[in-house]
Amino acid sequence: MAVSKADVDYIATLARLSFNDAEKEAMTHDLNEILNYVEKLNELNTENIEPLANMGDRTNVLREDKPVPSISNQDALKNAPDFQDRFFKVPKVIG
Amino acid sequence: MSNFVFSSYRDLRDALLSKSISVESVVSAYLSRIEAKAHLNAYLAVFKESALAHAKVLDEKLASGKPIGKLFGMPIAVKDNIAMKGEKLTCASKILENFTSIYSATVIERLLSEDAVILGKTNLDEFAMGSSNENSAFGAVKNPINESCVPGGSSGGSAAAVGGDLALVALGSDTGGSVRQPASFCNVVGLKPTYGRISRYGLVAFGSSFDQIGVLAKTAEDAALVLEVMAGEDPMDSTSSNKPVEDYARASLDPKQLRIGVPKEFFTDALDPEINAMIQTVLEKLKAQGATLAELSLPHSEYALATYYILATAEASSNLARYDGARYGYRAKEITDPTDMYVKSRSEGFGKEVKRRIMLGTYVLSAGYYDAYYRKAQKVRRLIRNDYLNAFEQVDVILSPTSPVPPFKFGEKMHDPLTMYLADIYTVPMNLAGVPAISVPIGLNAQGLPIGLQLIGNLFSESTLIGASKLVEATREHSF
Repeated sequence: MAVSKADVDYIATLARLSFNDAEKEAMTHDLNEILNYVEKLNELNTENIEPLANMGDRTNVLREDKPVPSISNQDALKNAPDFQDRFFKVPKVIG
Repeated sequence: MSNFVFSSYRDLRDALLSKSISVESVVSAYLSRIEAKAHLNAYLAVFKESALAHAKVLDEKLASGKPIGKLFGMPIAVKDNIAMKGEKLTCASKILENFTSIYSATVIERLLSEDAVILGKTNLDEFAMGSSNENSAFGAVKNPINESCVPGGSSGGSAAAVGGDLALVALGSDTGGSVRQPASFCNVVGLKPTYGRISRYGLVAFGSSFDQIGVLAKTAEDAALVLEVMAGEDPMDSTSSNKPVEDYARASLDPKQLRIGVPKEFFTDALDPEINAMIQTVLEKLKAQGATLAELSLPHSEYALATYYILATAEASSNLARYDGARYGYRAKEITDPTDMYVKSRSEGFGKEVKRRIMLGTYVLSAGYYDAYYRKAQKVRRLIRNDYLNAFEQVDVILSPTSPVPPFKFGEKMHDPLTMYLADIYTVPMNLAGVPAISVPIGLNAQGLPIGLQLIGNLFSESTLIGASKLVEATREHSF
């Protein structure tokens, strides 16, 4: 499963990243090298093995459905690159 | 002690309680050393004024006869991926360069409530991704034992701070070895508790099913004491365990009752021969004290690194999707629409290794590859965990190297990501299994570089792990 430069373009679009030509070249090389290494897992027969996803010893940890104070609007905007009134400001979505 | 260098918290606490020194004098001594050793680049922020002000408050508290906390006057450094309200939280990334925390991590609240003093925030590999601290956007950290060597990573700043006496204790985070490996490189103890033992609330997420806050300290007892304070259920982290917290610091073991497993897969040609010899010496001493040694097999060890780099990067690619330039963090200047804002902000804000991991993680989660990579790796993760759970039916602890190599030089492994990833070969399996592990220093090699060994315990067996660590520490003090 070799990764091509076109694959790198596609993955970069999904990841919302962009690369120049030299970076793309290096990324293609690195991804191939790492993916080639992880192919190792195919040596193992895992047909009847249940995937392990939840590492904790608890499930469905719930609390009472009571409103509690949360982060204020003012605090939430403290690190905003741009804001107006009570809102985060971003470039126009619909042209 | 005259120069305010302490070999353990107990020494410091005794001196404070006897009133032969004040918290203020201790904190100022640490702050002076931090300034004198600024070239190590261990700290990203030093809280000079607030630490001294806090020290004065603590001195008054003691003088007034009020009860004092378990960590009274302990000077602590905090890895800069853990939130402290009102302070910068950069993760050593350009994307968070100007971010200020609006709340504190649970661990910070708990340390402060036991009267610890926070000295500052320490350097790290960007978003805790790296094994040498060379991936920091704010410059690499130098190893205090040998400044031409890396301090390890990703908690390199924290390890260098404790190893260089710029803090008595430091917090780190361990996703694949990021507390233990730098601890071994900087001649200090590094403890990664069981997954869920410590709340992750306020720890910036990297791989959420792997991440665990850990402690770097001069002794296992100090690490255990800080663990004791930080551990326990937290309503803000639903993955935090509600198992009772034990008196970890007081844990001790009779060597005659200790069964030590030695996994054959960890002692191969990949291991530096001198490290191997140093570990064998410790094993001989433990055996002479009556410990039982048993060779055992962890048959899926060779698959751990591949499994880790699929799952941890997949989780990272999801976790780091939040850095979009919209609500916080860096936003690129010339932007035309929201997508342009995301792409440019992320591409300009993230460093090379972080982008590489986001790309790999996105690839293994993308349509058509999910089953082949991600699901496959989740299955192998279960096999790896089963190896450990089976082993702990036979033994109390497993003993292994922490790192296959001694501390290396700057630039030595930066040319190729896989070479760097191999530095974590002995530490990633425990994060895959969720089990606790600790690196304990066992001395210097012929070049004078620090070497550590790793003890691994069963889930929530931190007391056993600390007890065994104390026995390993004692082998350096006595010869048998």
